[in-house]
Amino acid sequence: MREFDYRRAGDVAGAVALLGADPDTRYLGGGTNLVDLMKTGVERPTRLIDIRELPLDRVESTRDGGLRIGATVTNADLAAHPEVRRRYPALAQAVLAGASGQLRNMATVGGNLLQRTRCGYFTDVTQPCNKRIPGSGCPAVEGEHHNHAILGASEHCVAVHPSDMAVPLTAFDAVVHYETADGPGELPLTEFYLPVGGTPHLETALPAGALITAVVLPPAPVAARSRYRKVRERASYAFAIGSLAAALDIGDGVVREARLALGAVASRPWRARAAEEVLTGAPAVPETYAAAAEAELAAARPLPHNGYKVALMRNLVVAVLTELAEEAAR
Amino acid sequence: MASPTSSVITLHINGEKFTLPVDHRTTLLDALRERLTLTGTKKGCDQGQCGACTVLLDGRRTVACLQLAVAAEGREITTIEGVAEGDRLHPVQQAFLELDGYQCGYCTPGQICSAIGVLREHAEGVPSAVTDDIRPEAGPPPLTPEEIRERMSGNLCRCGAYVAIVEAVARAAADGDRTAAVTESEEAVA
Repeated sequence: MREFDYRRAGDVAGAVALLGADPDTRYLGGGTNLVDLMKTGVERPTRLIDIRELPLDRVESTRDGGLRIGATVTNADLAAHPEVRRRYPALAQAVLAGASGQLRNMATVGGNLLQRTRCGYFTDVTQPCNKRIPGSGCPAVEGEHHNHAILGASEHCVAVHPSDMAVPLTAFDAVVHYETADGPGELPLTEFYLPVGGTPHLETALPAGALITAVVLPPAPVAARSRYRKVRERASYAFAIGSLAAALDIGDGVVREARLALGAVASRPWRARAAEEVLTGAPAVPETYAAAAEAELAAARPLPHNGYKVALMRNLVVAVLTELAEEAAR
Repeated sequence: MASPTSSVITLHINGEKFTLPVDHRTTLLDALRERLTLTGTKKGCDQGQCGACTVLLDGRRTVACLQLAVAAEGREITTIEGVAEGDRLHPVQQAFLELDGYQCGYCTPGQICSAIGVLREHAEGVPSAVTDDIRPEAGPPPLTPEEIRERMSGNLCRCGAYVAIVEAVARAAADGDRTAAVTESEEAVA
């Protein structure tokens, strides 16, 4: 590991000023991803700004009935929060489905959004990787890619975003708030992650040096009946091979509103707007759910070893929407 | 001026204070084992994946291998050396001992610290990924073997002593409940 300077920030403005425009400085939250990547040499910062003591560790109701989640709220505290469990249950379920109890106690909301892909070529510094070294190539396209992207990828990178938390946040139109030396800003999560294209090393639209301060959930009554379902290769403590956050509002046998986002299928949590369009106003029956899944997955471009994900995601959409509809009928 | 890459820090561990210079790259795990001879905390994968290095930080279970020592300054650290009260073992330690919740023992300090964290989280009403009803109104779910397995999934046991580990955690949880019930009835009498 490269040697580094360590500072603790006392306030948000101080943290942003300390980082300045230094590309070799990183904010340190829980460190569960950053410290791991520093050990393997993927990340080589010369300075860390520890932000854990900043007053960003609260979950608060907003005046309009949404929730403001501070950037240093831990995954554990987020999942345990009564209002999250009551108003956005899929978010609590997603967080609980991720990592382990120990890691959830350390990891923070801001860090979760900025965590890096677990693609084996990205984490192995002896391998080429366009995300790590632009222009070096992507061995995953013809190599090990059974858990890689089926949507929105390019020939330059087929890695997936590993977050569970970000999937329901995307479905519920979360907005990322940040601070820079030039003042605050905000980005809807659906615009937070950049398309892969030819620049997979550019992952987010955050300005250089920006510090995420909060994630704000707008009020979403539909989210009160929501669910997160994660498919993985063992029962616990593994990244998803496919996941779904879904919310459904049904009245008189018709879908009034639907929210869907897919996880582990793209370089970002994938908001399924094509599926939502098919669902809205359609009869709440499994045939509708299948048509919605197919509308979204029409854009899928699977690789030789991850075609199973297309069927998996289709089945996941139908199963979870059917369950939500049955729950609504009870 | 060159930026400092080391600091003199004071760590609060098991009720004692330790002051030591550390290179900022030092993890809490390495500080405990290599600098303070608190070798009860074990190094397994050193990547946050096995749970052997689990300690309690401000009462919450964390993996010491991904925790920088310099960032742990000012926080209350409890290691396996600090969970007993004098000669009286912690109820989780006692249960592991009575039910053989181990084989080679290497993962055991981490398992025990993790289980202590699990019992606290459960007592606080925290749901898990296998909890059916996560609404706060539903209250904490019964600590079934399924719940224990899910909550303890961050601790691997290479020997595969999981069956007895789950039993030990269940017994410690049940003992805790009995103690709480006795305390309540004593208070009722008083």
